[in-house]
Amino acid sequence: MASEATGRSEVAPPRSGRSETLAISLGLRLLSVGPALILVVLVATIGLIAPNFLSPGNVSNILAQTAVIAIVAMGQQLVILTRGIDLSVGANMALATVIGGLAFRRVDSAPLVIAAMLAAGAAVGAINGVAYVYGRLPHPFIITLATLSVCRGLALEFAVGHTTMRGMPDAVTFIGGDSTFGVPNSFFVVVAVAAAVLVLTKAMVWGRWLFAVGGAPEAAREMGIPVNVVLVSTYVISGLFAGVGAVVLAGRTAASSPLYGNLLELDTIAAVIIGGASFLGGRGHLGHALVGAVMIGVIRNALNLLGVDVFFQMIAIGLIIVVAVEADVLRNWLEGRARTLQAARTP
Amino acid sequence: MSSPTAAPVLAVRHAQKRFGAVHALKDVSLEAYRGEVLALLGDNGAGKSTLVKCIAGVHDLDEGEILLDGEPVSLRSPAAARRAGIETVYQDLALFDNLTPAQNFYCGREIAFPAWLPRGLRFLNRRAMDRQAAAVIDRLRVKLPRFDAPVALMSGGQRQAIAVARATVFARKVVILDEPTAALGVRESRKVLDLIGQLRAEGNAIILITHNMEHVVELADRAVVLRQGREVGHLRPTRANQRELVAMIVGAEP
Repeated sequence: MASEATGRSEVAPPRSGRSETLAISLGLRLLSVGPALILVVLVATIGLIAPNFLSPGNVSNILAQTAVIAIVAMGQQLVILTRGIDLSVGANMALATVIGGLAFRRVDSAPLVIAAMLAAGAAVGAINGVAYVYGRLPHPFIITLATLSVCRGLALEFAVGHTTMRGMPDAVTFIGGDSTFGVPNSFFVVVAVAAAVLVLTKAMVWGRWLFAVGGAPEAAREMGIPVNVVLVSTYVISGLFAGVGAVVLAGRTAASSPLYGNLLELDTIAAVIIGGASFLGGRGHLGHALVGAVMIGVIRNALNLLGVDVFFQMIAIGLIIVVAVEADVLRNWLEGRARTLQAARTP
Repeated sequence: MSSPTAAPVLAVRHAQKRFGAVHALKDVSLEAYRGEVLALLGDNGAGKSTLVKCIAGVHDLDEGEILLDGEPVSLRSPAAARRAGIETVYQDLALFDNLTPAQNFYCGREIAFPAWLPRGLRFLNRRAMDRQAAAVIDRLRVKLPRFDAPVALMSGGQRQAIAVARATVFARKVVILDEPTAALGVRESRKVLDLIGQLRAEGNAIILITHNMEHVVELADRAVVLRQGREVGHLRPTRANQRELVAMIVGAEP
C-alpha cells in the first residue's frame, strides 16, 4: 500500500486526460474499500430484514463470535502477505486450549495458563516457519498441513478421551466470556491485537521488510533483507495469534477441547480473501482481515437469526469467496491499465 | 572526457573463477576510476556477468583479489559489497512493485531508531527517508508520475531510473549497471544514458555492461573486452575503432 503521501503533487505533470487518471485512481480506491462498503450494505440490509439483528445484545453476540476468527485471521493475513498460507491455525488453537486445560489441572493460575496457551501457539508457529524456511520446502502449504494433522492428533492424545475439559481460571473466563459496559471483553482483545499489528506493520522496520519479502522475495534478498528471519517470525506471530484465539475461546466456553477450531484455517483464509487482500503477496492491510472476519460473523449470525440452514451458510460463504477473488483479479487488471496510462502521460 | 590520473577506486587483480568444468574467468584484471565510465564488453558467456557478480559479492573469486582504494577486500555477500560502497543495478532491477519510490530506496537499509534495538524492531523515520529520496530524485532530474504511488504503476524507463537513482544514493565508490537500457525504448534509453553521464559528473566510478556499441562510443571512457573468460582488449572507444571493438567481441581479426 502506498501509505505515506508526501504531498509532492508538483511531481505529477500530466495535464491532458487528468479526469481519466482521476477516474482510474478513484476506481482503484473503490476496489480497495469495496469489501468495507459491501459490509455496510450487508449490515443495513440484514438490519431491515431481521429486526433483532441490530439489537445491542445481538451486536455484542456477533462481536464475541467474531473475535476468534478476527484475531487468528490477522495472523493469517501476515502470512498471506508473504505469499504463504497457514493451514495449522485451527488445530494449533485446539492444541493450545488443551495444553492450557492441562496446565489448569495442575495449578489454578491464570498467568500460567495463558502463558502456556500463548507459548504452545507460538511454538507450533516456530516449527512451521523453521521447517518451511530451513527445510527449503517449496510451499508452506505442505508443512502447515502436516502440523494441522500433528496438532489435532496431539490435542486428542493429551486430552485422553475427553471431548471437553471443563474449567478455566477466572481471569481467562473474564477475558473470553465477560463484558464491560455491554461490550464483550474479547472485543478489546481484538483491538489490542490489531493495534499491535498496526504498529508492527506500519511503524516498524519489520513491517517494511514483510511487504518487501511479499512483494519481491528475490529482490529482498539482493537488498540484504534477512528474508529467512522475516518469514520465520511471520509464522511465529501467526501461531501466537492462534494462542491468543485459544485464550479467548477457552475463556468464552470455560473449557478446552481438542475439537475446537475445526475449519478455522478456512474461515481465516476466507476472511482475508473476502476482506480484499491479494494472494499475489505484499499487498493488503489489517482492515482486510478484520472486515472479512466481521463479514463472515455477520452472515453466519444473520442466517441463524433468519433460521436458514447451516448448509446454506457454507454455500453462501463459498460464493462470497468467489466474488472476492474475482474482485482481486479485476483490481489487478485495473492496476495494469493505470500503469500504462500513467506511464504514457509522463514526459 | 575525464582523464583519471588518481589511483583506481576499484581494482580486480588476476581473477580466476571456475564453475565445475567451466573456466569462467581466466586471469582477468580490471581497474575503475572515479569520474569515469568503464564499459565491460563481450558476447554472451564471455564472463562479464561472472566478473560483475564477483565484484557485487554474489560469487567468491577462486583466485585473485579485489581492491577498493588500494585495500584488499573480501566481499562475501551482496550486503557486504553494498557496505563496502559498491552498488549494482541488475537487469531485473530488484525493485519492489508494491512499494513507493522512497520505500524502494531505503528497503533493507531503512533510516530508523533507536539504534540499540535490533534492526527489524526499530521504528521507521519516514519523513527523513521521503525527504532524502525526493532530494535525490530531484537532483537526478528523474520525472515520476507520482511520488507516493507504488512503482508498479510506472513505466520501464521510470523504474530503471528509480533503480539507478537508488544505487547512487548509497554508492560511495562504484556503481555497476548491467544492461540498463536493454528493455527500454529509444526515448527512455536516452534518459538513462543522461542519468549515467550525470553520475559520472558527480564523481562516481561506473561499470557499464551493454551490447549497444552506440552507447559505448558515446558514454564510455574506456572499454574492456572479455572473450571466453579472458581479457582480449582494452581501449578507448571512438567512432573510428567501433569496428575493431566488435571484432574483438566476436573474436574475428579486424
